[in-house]
Amino acid sequence: MTIAKFPLPDVGEGLTEAEIVTWHVAPGDHVTVNQTICEIETAKSVVELPCPFEGEVVELFAAVGDTVEVGNPIISVKMAGESPIPVLSEPDAPAAAQESDTGAEYKIPTLVGYGEASEAKSRRSRAVKPAATSTAVPVAMMSAAVASDAIVAKPPIRKMAKELGVNLALIAGTGTHGEITREDVIANASQASVFKNLTTPDAPSEREERIPVKGVRKAIATAMVKSAFTAPHVSIFVDVDATRTMEYVKRLKASVDFAGVKVTPLLIMAKAIIWAARRNHMVNSTWSDTEIIIHNFVNLGIAAATPRGLIVPNIKDADAMNMIELAVAIEQLAATARDGKTPPEDMRDGTITITNIGVFGVDTGTPILNPGEVGIVALGSIRKKPWVVDDEIVVRQVTTIGATFDHRVVDGDVASRFVQDVASVIEEPALLLD
Amino acid sequence: MLQLLAADGTYGVPKGYEKYGKIIEGLDEETLKTFYRDMARIRRFDVEATALQRQGQLGLWVPAIGQEGAQIGSGYGVGHKDHIFPSYREHGVALTHGVELISILKMMRGVNHGGWDPNETRFHHYAIVLATQVLHAVGYAMGVKLDGKVGTGNKEEDLAVISYLGDGATAEGDVSEGLLFAAVNEAPVVFFIQNNQWAISSHIDTQTKAPLYTRGEGFGVPGMRIDGNDVLACYAATQHHMDNARAGEGPFLLEALTYRIGAHTTSDDPSKYRANEEVETWKAKDPIKRFETFLRRQGVADDFFEEVKVAGDDLAKDIREQTFALQNPPMENIFNHVYSDQHPEIDKQRAWLKAYEAQMGDHE
Repeated sequence: MTIAKFPLPDVGEGLTEAEIVTWHVAPGDHVTVNQTICEIETAKSVVELPCPFEGEVVELFAAVGDTVEVGNPIISVKMAGESPIPVLSEPDAPAAAQESDTGAEYKIPTLVGYGEASEAKSRRSRAVKPAATSTAVPVAMMSAAVASDAIVAKPPIRKMAKELGVNLALIAGTGTHGEITREDVIANASQASVFKNLTTPDAPSEREERIPVKGVRKAIATAMVKSAFTAPHVSIFVDVDATRTMEYVKRLKASVDFAGVKVTPLLIMAKAIIWAARRNHMVNSTWSDTEIIIHNFVNLGIAAATPRGLIVPNIKDADAMNMIELAVAIEQLAATARDGKTPPEDMRDGTITITNIGVFGVDTGTPILNPGEVGIVALGSIRKKPWVVDDEIVVRQVTTIGATFDHRVVDGDVASRFVQDVASVIEEPALLLD
Repeated sequence: MLQLLAADGTYGVPKGYEKYGKIIEGLDEETLKTFYRDMARIRRFDVEATALQRQGQLGLWVPAIGQEGAQIGSGYGVGHKDHIFPSYREHGVALTHGVELISILKMMRGVNHGGWDPNETRFHHYAIVLATQVLHAVGYAMGVKLDGKVGTGNKEEDLAVISYLGDGATAEGDVSEGLLFAAVNEAPVVFFIQNNQWAISSHIDTQTKAPLYTRGEGFGVPGMRIDGNDVLACYAATQHHMDNARAGEGPFLLEALTYRIGAHTTSDDPSKYRANEEVETWKAKDPIKRFETFLRRQGVADDFFEEVKVAGDDLAKDIREQTFALQNPPMENIFNHVYSDQHPEIDKQRAWLKAYEAQMGDHE
């Protein structure tokens, strides 16, 4: 004697549960292999389940109207004699009841689903016409038609409704064919849930969180401390009208030569720094205690925020590049950094650095020098502000240029002239043509 | 439309189709019985496979009930050296070319990707991606032609190719490409469309404006419609046009008009998209029932049909036992067939997964 249990199978692809619609057998009944024992309704259809065993029904584990999870047993059958099917363990039904107390007992293992939870919940209350039972073909080929008040909505809309807690059954669709649209769902959702993605996440339950100092973060810290406490920093700022730079960027973007190349205000800023460094070469140098090494080339560092932290790769000999080459180099450098693939040589031998803090919506800052360099320039956000032109207040695109220098090398006058030069280019990019 | 056997089982050759009638009239009783036996076998197999899916033993089943005439008839019309590129519903054709039926269930259970040897059976693997098999078939046929195995006059040498596709697949661009390449290259290929009228829930009227058998005309591929529920018409037409293809007469298209009595797969519910009356109309045109009527009129006795029924139940029982005995493939199989030679990256991944699985403990 064997008591065999039949766990609810996934009759569709990726279903997780089903509702028992009708039982065709009761405890004590004799059942044969493939005899229809019940009808279930899944998110997809009403399906007749054929019995995998022959024997006497011992117990039904779910009543009509119950929703059963795939993998949980629905019926047990006392099989006469040995099962023709080998007794197997139950790898796939962890949620099923474990009642292996007496005698032989086995549960037929089933392949179970792999998808999201079905939408059976929203359909549960609707009336279902039971299917006509067919003895010749023990399958659900001709299963029942569903009730006519079917909800018409595309799967993404159903998903959205579920997320927003909207009951689709209560909505009259306004789509071309009467289907429920995205707008219908939004209109019926509470505003709180529509905007729930704007809410601040809950504070973590721990009062403190400890992040080990290692890797890039450790390197950043060491470099910053070294820089801040060896080089006396001096920072200066200037507000500048960047309207023409923005127009220039726009024109470059539209030009045929720059097709496929990313053009941003950062590119003009880079070009401006290279230009201004040639006019004020002390800012492009290195302090070595015994001598000041003036570089007659520019290895332009660009501070990049990466998932692992801040790194400053540089573009070698950026001063020898034309606008297109520089644009391509900046784009590549940023892409490599974002992918975390910046090689160490890209981070060595920088001569001056630009940090684009404007992308974070910040006006300006006091950047700390990249060790070994004596100048760093911060490009702040560029936004419309009131600006005085010919004694009139007009709206211009304004930004703040901030820069920090090593005062051992760069005195206030050089620093100011350099920053002024950078600002002039931002104000009038045509200066680059000189 | 070529129909030799009416829905009521009456045999008759329509005017103009005498050559097809001649093929049938040359068949012996044993061959006709084989047609019946295999149609009944594959239907019984189909019913059992559907039940096994409902019992959680298969991930999916693709029923072919109602299409046995088209599949068994055309399957036997294909020569044993010819190559067959099926879609995913051609269980009957597989049966006629020696594919073990359990192999199909292994695929539907997900323990292999179709384990039969296409070189041996000439029945290639199921193509789940709609209409790709048409391109494979045409490409293969072009190769056959390049090899000079067409129209030599030597019947042992010549080869042809058949591609099975459904009405839904005809709406794919691949089919147009296949027809074009087959036509301009005069490839030895027959396109066998089983028009079962429903592409999942899309009716044939949403798939084509002109009858499908005319689809090839603009490309230069002539076509003909046959009654897909008439096993004799399907056999005769397939045999005749495969012979022509082998003889170097170029591609041909057959549209077998039939009906999918069941669901598209076990994952859909046809009662949601089509009327029961339509299904009943087509059940009355059942290919097996009409052939049984025909055979009985030919004098085939009761005990033959009884014997077929018993054999079907035995087959079902056997298939059921084999399905329960199927083993999951070893995890290494994920990696074993990626490259023909050993590959360091694959070795690395295999080792990683093994270590990962080991740390999960025994889940059985």
